[in-house]
Amino acid sequence: MSGIAESLRVLLGGAPRRVSKKDFPEEVQEMHKHKFADKERIEAIHIELREKAANKQPEKWRRKRWAVLAAVNLLFLVSYYLDIQLLEGALTASRFAGFHMADLNSALQVMLAFKHVVINLIIGTVTIFILWWLLGGRTFCSWVCPYHLVAEWAEMLHLKLVEKGWAKDYQFDRRSRTWLWLVFVILAIVTGYTVYETMSPTGILSRALIYGPGVALIWVALLLLFEIFFSRRAWCRYACPIGLTYGFVGATSPFTVHYKLPNCYHEGECRKVCLVPHVLDTVLKGRAAEMEVDIGADCTRCLRCVDACPTGALTIKYKGPGDLL
Amino acid sequence: MSKKAKRLTAKQKERRKFLRSIALTVGVTGISLLGMVPVIGKWVERLRPPGALLEEEFLAACIKCGQCVQVCPVEAIKLADLTDGLGIGVPYIDSRAQACDFSCDGLQCVLACPTGALIHEISFPSQVDMGIAKVVQPAQCLAVLGQGFKGQARGADFPGKLRYADIDRWNPIKVADHPYDLELCDLCVRQCPIEISIVECALEDQRKSTAKIARVAQRQENECPPKHAIELRDINGAMTPVILEGCVGCGVCEMICPIEPAVIVMDSSDSRANSRGMRT
Repeated sequence: MSGIAESLRVLLGGAPRRVSKKDFPEEVQEMHKHKFADKERIEAIHIELREKAANKQPEKWRRKRWAVLAAVNLLFLVSYYLDIQLLEGALTASRFAGFHMADLNSALQVMLAFKHVVINLIIGTVTIFILWWLLGGRTFCSWVCPYHLVAEWAEMLHLKLVEKGWAKDYQFDRRSRTWLWLVFVILAIVTGYTVYETMSPTGILSRALIYGPGVALIWVALLLLFEIFFSRRAWCRYACPIGLTYGFVGATSPFTVHYKLPNCYHEGECRKVCLVPHVLDTVLKGRAAEMEVDIGADCTRCLRCVDACPTGALTIKYKGPGDLL
Repeated sequence: MSKKAKRLTAKQKERRKFLRSIALTVGVTGISLLGMVPVIGKWVERLRPPGALLEEEFLAACIKCGQCVQVCPVEAIKLADLTDGLGIGVPYIDSRAQACDFSCDGLQCVLACPTGALIHEISFPSQVDMGIAKVVQPAQCLAVLGQGFKGQARGADFPGKLRYADIDRWNPIKVADHPYDLELCDLCVRQCPIEISIVECALEDQRKSTAKIARVAQRQENECPPKHAIELRDINGAMTPVILEGCVGCGVCEMICPIEPAVIVMDSSDSRANSRGMRT
């Protein structure tokens, strides 16, 4: 339970807590102590990493993820154009083969603004809640959200520009996302309008793809420009309330990225590619308090770290009922 | 700026980051609130799909998914853009371009709505309350002028569709593919879905009373419109379109009117200000 509490605290913007080394189990202390003893092994890893950097291979998981993301979003479009009623609606709410599904944040906004919930919305919300709880919560972000995909492309450009000194990565306090989530909850209750939907790049992009582009895409473009020139992945990291909503769902999910200290040589490759590097604080040298650690709720399960890790210290884990206790 | 001035202490950096984050939060909130401007200023007045609640409630309840758009057989429903502010992604009908002619029969958009923004209590066109037709320039009306109409109602290039039951009971066809030849133009009355439905019901009643038919399915309440919606009335010798109590504001008369601009237009302001998406 304390693990979940800590995971939620970090999700809400808190800095990951450091456990004093003295409180580590003895075997973990031993493990940290002898981490860099095997010089040959470390040299081999460095050679491997240099080779990897010299001829870049496509990231396996990223390719699969993009394929899934494209497939889900295109299924809306194909279903509409062929009129096959397989997946009707948009990402905010839809019907899969007739069965209701509702985006959790959109449903929350509607419930708070309208102050009345029809049974179809309850069905849709519960279905989606169970689905994303099983799949990991913020998994929605990296595997389905169309803004995540375009933001990843913008991020590639951003990193190149930063290298050349043409762009900067201004960081923000992660608590701003929590504040914004609260702001939009309060605005929905007080104004009686679903205020967040006006600016949700997820909704705007999903509708633009299905029903045709519009003026609203300018807002999405501005967000991307801001991310390219001023702050890496700013919307997903510091602002998007959808991410936080799904983060709550994923806090107790059986699907996590799993860290194994014995395999880790603290190269830091994972943190370089991570959208939410604070969840990977445990991989820093001398930080892991246990031999194996589940990565926290803010993790979007994009699995780039799994691809990036040269020593297989990060893997996918699906916890059984026993592990949850 | 000298190099020395540029170097910040950790505390200063933290302070700047904090202020930046406040600015981000306030900025994003501010931008989102800009969406209130078109709504409060009533920049646009939209004809909403059948069953739409009071405008404020409708904007609150709509989850902006467009499922109503997808089921409409005549593609009458469109989703509003960012220029509608908080109304972004909310469905509306431009009845001059494509009106709702109820060719889905069962109010498919209402059935499709996952949040009840289109009220689920209604099942038939006569229960709908989208607005009310208004004759805005009777002096231009062909019927008032005593003129007939021959040809395509809105020209050859007009993409709008209507269901003509005598041609195809189930599939709407282009208005352009259905030319008229009328001695006195009565297109607005002739194509009114409420009027068509009243005629059909009367015919059915007649058949039932004359022919011997084994038990037919019981008609549901309101399946047949209880009130007429529009008629041509002789006013001082001129046949004038008059809107009656049964008008639901579907907009077909506005769409079919061959005069440019249309003699009849939809007004959703009055009726929807009082009803809850349905006629009671």
